[in-house]
Amino acid sequence: MPYTSDKPPLPETPEQLRVRIPGWGVDLDPADRPAVPRERFDPGATGAHWEFPERQPEERPRERSIEHGTLPPVFGTTLPLRGVSGVVRRYAYRRFSEARAAHWLLLMAGDRIDVVESRVLAAVRGRPDDPVAETGVRSEVSHHGWSSRAGAGRADVVHQPMDPVIVAGPWVLGGLAAVVVARRLARRARRR
Amino acid sequence: MRAMVYRGPYRVRVEEKPPPRIEHPNDAIVRVELAAICGSDLHLYHGLMPDTRVGTTFGHEFIGVVEQVGPSVERVQVGDRVMVPFNVYCGSCYYCARGLYANCHNVNPNATAVGGIYGYSHTCGGYDGGQAELVRVPFADVGPAPIPDWMDAEDAVLLTDAVATGYFGAQLGDIVEGDVVVVFGAGPVGLAAAQSAWLMGAGRVIVVDHLEYRLAKARELAHAETYNFAEHRDVVVLLKRVTDHLGADVAIDAVGAEADGSLLQHVTAAKLKLQGGSPVALNWAIDSVRKGGTVSVVGAYGPIFSAVKFGDAVNKGLTLRMNQCHVKRQWPRLFEHVRNGYLRPRDIVTHRFPLEDIAEAYHVFSAKLDGCIKPLVVPGPA
Repeated sequence: MPYTSDKPPLPETPEQLRVRIPGWGVDLDPADRPAVPRERFDPGATGAHWEFPERQPEERPRERSIEHGTLPPVFGTTLPLRGVSGVVRRYAYRRFSEARAAHWLLLMAGDRIDVVESRVLAAVRGRPDDPVAETGVRSEVSHHGWSSRAGAGRADVVHQPMDPVIVAGPWVLGGLAAVVVARRLARRARRR
Repeated sequence: MRAMVYRGPYRVRVEEKPPPRIEHPNDAIVRVELAAICGSDLHLYHGLMPDTRVGTTFGHEFIGVVEQVGPSVERVQVGDRVMVPFNVYCGSCYYCARGLYANCHNVNPNATAVGGIYGYSHTCGGYDGGQAELVRVPFADVGPAPIPDWMDAEDAVLLTDAVATGYFGAQLGDIVEGDVVVVFGAGPVGLAAAQSAWLMGAGRVIVVDHLEYRLAKARELAHAETYNFAEHRDVVVLLKRVTDHLGADVAIDAVGAEADGSLLQHVTAAKLKLQGGSPVALNWAIDSVRKGGTVSVVGAYGPIFSAVKFGDAVNKGLTLRMNQCHVKRQWPRLFEHVRNGYLRPRDIVTHRFPLEDIAEAYHVFSAKLDGCIKPLVVPGPA
């Protein structure tokens, strides 16, 4: 009890634990722990045979955090910025540091715009998105969706029904908005 | 080549993509033999990580065979079978020179707060990941290591992140002999952390989760005492009660951004993306550890703010320790533990999916169907 000075007794002694748990205590000495001490200056240990790495060619302008003093020498080149999402993301990188909520919220907005752009692009290119195949929802049948949840007392069962709403919701709302706009335009055209 | 691609929240598919190419003299191209889906991949899958671009190939846990090397590569050769740490790192910057490989400053233009990670959004450098037939591996002389002949492929792939991270998390706890250690989360990282806590001399290891099949695994693999938080009104009170009201000496958050246990926290973070993560497990760790205790955080969180109970941490005089794991630094000692049978990473694996079934793999793992704890992805024929 913390109300007195003694530490509460443990259910097993170290000897009992050593018998029951394979390897108990083999890393008891911090010297055997590879993450101790936290920082260990040993530049020769990494395999790097350079003081500063050769620079990877920057084949197109690479967006970067304004907290960087220079473009790091190596970087990913997948999926360069494009479209409206690219404009939003580029603005987030150019204008706001990582310390600003605006930086991350704009990047999140860019992500959502990217999804819309990519859906349209995929359809135009003849490989439209297939919501059934891409959500893997068929595995609800093949991998015991019902019995994995029913009666298991899982805390996540409460909010899992929200997932389809969150995935489909923006599309339903977008569709409804499109219908409303189309009807208003049609009505206006008829009045003329 | 065939590769998994992200198509937006909760959607992935396999597409034909151009194969990766050597873009830097110290690059290698690796043909993936085996990959895994990490619990943190689910944060990307759910659209929680900023700047996750449609078309990104996920996967930061993979092993494979070197297919091509750049002109300055000296330490690996074409044909070598290698395991690749999830960290992309240069080996020579301020941080790498001090062993902080996860904090490398030379590989991620998009952010300074995080290093480079394969297939983990542009916020982590914009590298494609290993849930594909081929992957670009920068700094081939630094990251990849040959897989020892005696090591099982499934052990090797789990050592590229999950098990190394769990082992690292236990070390961050600064465990001394006889410490009471509570681990939140009985996923792959939590199971590895619980097993590792014993190696460091813990006197008692408690694992908390809400999935009974995972708690059963914690009892079986990690010899842990387990509690299902869904069966208790207040898990902090429970943990105080079972520790004579002192609290644990060390608490490890092995859950991260999508923790359950508070509907408000979970929905605002994981569903509405208004927080960088749902810090339920972290708050429980802060509140259930004793005053002066240590909280180790290896669960992944996004870069946006989260509602963490920092006042309690201050008032209790806690030590908070956290980082992404510097994987390769853990390997020599971890290899010994695997070889001696103290850790058996492959026992955590529950499912193996061919790459072509990637959408099912993600759904099963995300929805926690079929007793799923750790799914592997096999690019070739399963």
